[in-house]
Amino acid sequence: MTIPTKSPLTRRSLIAGAGLAGAGLLLPGCDRLDQSPAFRETLRLGERVTMGAQRLVSDRTALAREYDGGDISPIFRSNGTRMPGTPDYAAWLAGGFADWRLAVDGMVARPLSLSLAQLGAMPVREQTTRHDCVEGWSAIGRWTGTPLKLLLDAAGVRNTARYLIFHCADLYGARPYYESIDMIDALHPQTILAWALNGRMLPVGNGAPLRLRVERQLGYKQAKYITRIEAVATLATSYGGKGGLWEDTNDYEWYAGI
Amino acid sequence: MATRIRTDSVTDGRPLVKRHGWPVRVWHWINAVVVIVMLMSGLMIFNAHGRLYWGQSGANTDAAWLEIGSTADAGYLQLGSVRVPTTGVLGYWRNGEGVVQRRAFPGWATIPTAYSLSAARRWHLFFAWLLVVPGLLFWLWSVVGGHARALLPMRTELAPRHVWADIRNHARLRFPAGQAALKYNILQKLSYSGVVFGLLPLLVLTGLAMSPAMNAAWPWLLDLFGGRQSARSLHFIAMVLLAAFIVVHLLMVVLAGPYNEIRSMVTGRFRLPAERADAKAEEVA
Repeated sequence: MTIPTKSPLTRRSLIAGAGLAGAGLLLPGCDRLDQSPAFRETLRLGERVTMGAQRLVSDRTALAREYDGGDISPIFRSNGTRMPGTPDYAAWLAGGFADWRLAVDGMVARPLSLSLAQLGAMPVREQTTRHDCVEGWSAIGRWTGTPLKLLLDAAGVRNTARYLIFHCADLYGARPYYESIDMIDALHPQTILAWALNGRMLPVGNGAPLRLRVERQLGYKQAKYITRIEAVATLATSYGGKGGLWEDTNDYEWYAGI
Repeated sequence: MATRIRTDSVTDGRPLVKRHGWPVRVWHWINAVVVIVMLMSGLMIFNAHGRLYWGQSGANTDAAWLEIGSTADAGYLQLGSVRVPTTGVLGYWRNGEGVVQRRAFPGWATIPTAYSLSAARRWHLFFAWLLVVPGLLFWLWSVVGGHARALLPMRTELAPRHVWADIRNHARLRFPAGQAALKYNILQKLSYSGVVFGLLPLLVLTGLAMSPAMNAAWPWLLDLFGGRQSARSLHFIAMVLLAAFIVVHLLMVVLAGPYNEIRSMVTGRFRLPAERADAKAEEVA
């Protein structure tokens, strides 16, 4: 017979001690882990796995839910910039956006410069869809606009272009807003450049004169006040390099499908 | 589950027996970490918009069924027409530096401590995979390996008389002893199977139903839960129920003998509680 080397009491206090220490260290521990770039990179794997998994189970042309007119939110909440304060924007607004132009350039065969009237003369898509803010709220609105694919076809986007960067007229803080999507979302049938909301020209609070609708992603991807669409091969060389203002400044995910 | 009694380790006639298989133990401790991280990072995500709605859509100007907010100098939880003061805990509280914060849940309950929606999402959406992948494997093992049969109640156990007797035994802190302690009792079965096959899948599916990409891929998610904002509300309610389960679960572990219970979940071995003299009388056939 052997004499036990560990008494139950020490094992007991070990377990209890580990439990207490675990609970006590959890909170400051998580904050400290968050300071570590390596740990943050590890957590960021989640974004890549989620994007891969969601793309895997999604048909490329799977449509976002379209609603009836009765589902439209009485007030479509305006978030982020509600009025771009720049002199350029003030001048465009004063002139009813007659002098405003949308540039389509970068890796394209035929750069475009389009007025609001020219966009309005193109074929139109209308969709009543739900806008989901990353904060958690949702609003439903009827959007009218130009399918992005039509513009990309007209400009002749090179097949080496992988992303579209949407340059915007508004500054958030001191930085210009911008966003980006890849070609899978760019060519999606519901991806439009909307110039009307609920049957009226787009209000300033919702991005006048032109905003992006990319219906399978969250609100911060729906760039407002767009002035230029640039086709690029990489996001790394524009602005902060992460593909969007919120991505650059606040570490939000570039892929906002969830 | 093997219940072979190791005769070499009998203490006072109470044998040390094999109680929990390794998949149960491994999954339990993975979840002990993952579920806590999911809960606390989820509370921070809620802090970005402390209102809940029913239906497809809902924002600040729409009617909320639950709101955690603040007035000039007080916090409150509004549930329908009932307003509960929560100053100091919800809606109006002070951070470590003593500065008043008006987010719904206080820093000690959230990951991270200070407000950051993006950081909370990074935690939540990474750990979600650690919930889903081991969870699916555990499900598979439970169904194929027969553990599901140990968890799911039998018809006779669901008789009101039997359930009531078990509630009375729990209330009087008379826990199963002897051979009866080797099986889950009906309240354990209902709560464990309710969590494993009810709350956890509900949390995952309502979480997916909030994803605009998943709404396009699997539109039935929206129909199943009655819209994105309903899914968000159900996600929250399921979270509250899961948190309540954890509190009761920990309480029961303490009451039933924390050393023996925790050992059984670490090493798998459980010291069988001695039969009570009156045990037979308590038993309900």
